[in-house]
Amino acid sequence: MRTAFIQELILQARKNPTIFLVVGDLGFSVVEPFAQEFPDRFLNAGVAEQNMTGVAAGLASEGYHVFTYSIANFPTLRCLEQIRNDVCYHSLPVTVVSVGAGMAYGNLGYSHHAVQDLAIMRTLPNITVFSPADPGETRECVQWLSLNPRPSYLRIGKAGEPDLHSVRGIFDGPLRVCEGRPDLAIVATGSVLKLALDFASEQAPEKRPTVFSIPLIKPLSLEFLEKLQSFKKIIALEEHVREGGLFAALCEVLSPTPHIKSISISEEMKNVVGSQDYLRNQAELKEMLNRA
Amino acid sequence: MVARANASHIGGALSMADLLAVLYSGVLNIRPEDPVWDSRDRFILSKGHSCTSLYATLALKKFFQIEELESYGKDGSRLMSHISHHVPGVEFSTGSLGHGLPFGCGKALAAKRSGKNWRTFVMLSDGELDEGSNWEAILFAPQHKLDNLVAIVDYNKIQSLGSVADVMELDPLADKFRAFRWGVKEIDGHDHSAIHEALSTLPFEPGKPSCLIAHTLKGKGVDFMENNLQWHYSSPKPDQLAEALRQLETEAN
Repeated sequence: MRTAFIQELILQARKNPTIFLVVGDLGFSVVEPFAQEFPDRFLNAGVAEQNMTGVAAGLASEGYHVFTYSIANFPTLRCLEQIRNDVCYHSLPVTVVSVGAGMAYGNLGYSHHAVQDLAIMRTLPNITVFSPADPGETRECVQWLSLNPRPSYLRIGKAGEPDLHSVRGIFDGPLRVCEGRPDLAIVATGSVLKLALDFASEQAPEKRPTVFSIPLIKPLSLEFLEKLQSFKKIIALEEHVREGGLFAALCEVLSPTPHIKSISISEEMKNVVGSQDYLRNQAELKEMLNRA
Repeated sequence: MVARANASHIGGALSMADLLAVLYSGVLNIRPEDPVWDSRDRFILSKGHSCTSLYATLALKKFFQIEELESYGKDGSRLMSHISHHVPGVEFSTGSLGHGLPFGCGKALAAKRSGKNWRTFVMLSDGELDEGSNWEAILFAPQHKLDNLVAIVDYNKIQSLGSVADVMELDPLADKFRAFRWGVKEIDGHDHSAIHEALSTLPFEPGKPSCLIAHTLKGKGVDFMENNLQWHYSSPKPDQLAEALRQLETEAN
């Protein structure tokens, strides 16, 4: 996904002279093509995320659309107040890009797991929050952002995730990526969508749930979620803690009906290390899908 | 304004008043009738709690009607008790410390990258130099040769809960900035000709950001407020207000 991100950003930067990429001393073997093609619109701000975000806001206040780029919680939680005050309060066009959504950097340990970010970023004012599931969705998010510069958060995986579907239209509502029962839906955000698709493909046709991907986490409206309203039961699947993420966002808009169940990461995951797949197993996401 | 709103922070507003007076009387290249003029110098108040003297300065420069100052801190007023970018002439809202200098670095870098000649000035408090984000920015600015950036430290030596020396000593402050590769000048922050002279030739050293360390008195101009921590918080009572105004007017005349 990070490769799709940088490739699409380069394509957009060729058309859009305001696009500026600021990295927090991360992005080795990813960001170089952008830096080489647009040296005047690239900056390595060093290992200093508060300053990086303040600098991004300053650049944005002078007409640039700045993308800050770093890993996991570094471009979000480490400099949260700069995002809140400098970027969002001033409505400046800064897109915070976090690589390593959920437990994508699984074996790097808890410091590198982004599992509270959606909850926290979602509460900021004026912000648009994206959590794409695959390279195709990532490209569409970047294309939209280039045309709609604003305070925004883009949560992406790392490298090598497959394209999971080819449905486009991130602002047309949740993307229906697998047809199934009309009464049961799985709504997934991020690359964990793959788990939902794998699960659905293992079910007999009459038992197969309808699967939606939802790369847009904020803003959500009843109108945007209209496709979900006919389902008696909805399972919200996310690589994020239960509090404040996709599940909570759906409940806020759709409550009190229909019935929504959360499949998410337990807070107890702190001490476990392993690959993303291993950690998803440890989190029993699939078992929870079976029980749901 | 502070007394009317029963507000705080008059001490830090007075300590930088002379600096503002000189900045807005010939140093900053600005057009009050066009606050967002492209080529203006950008002034950022990072010590946003001291906003009253900047609001007053902007009103005197006719960025907005001087009568509006009476609404400061009142219900529905845009004159918030920490500096607000909703007020004409104000570039950036602050209030949480340690935000102004990184933002100023971004503006200065934008000017460099787009070939513009305007300059960025950031007014900092001494207390806020405790914030790590400022030192990130102090490292950043010389790295990118931001010689179009000027940091002014209102060095009144008193922070929120005590003297700077007792809480988190900054000295030798000039040496610290020099070691971080800034051009540095130290002046009496109440000496108008010294302020003007220092800021009339920028940058202080070619290819480097400039830091003006202005030695000031918290509560300057009112004897019972000067160097007194209490005036980081207290709002003058009517008799204190009258006495303070009398002293300031006497001095002005």
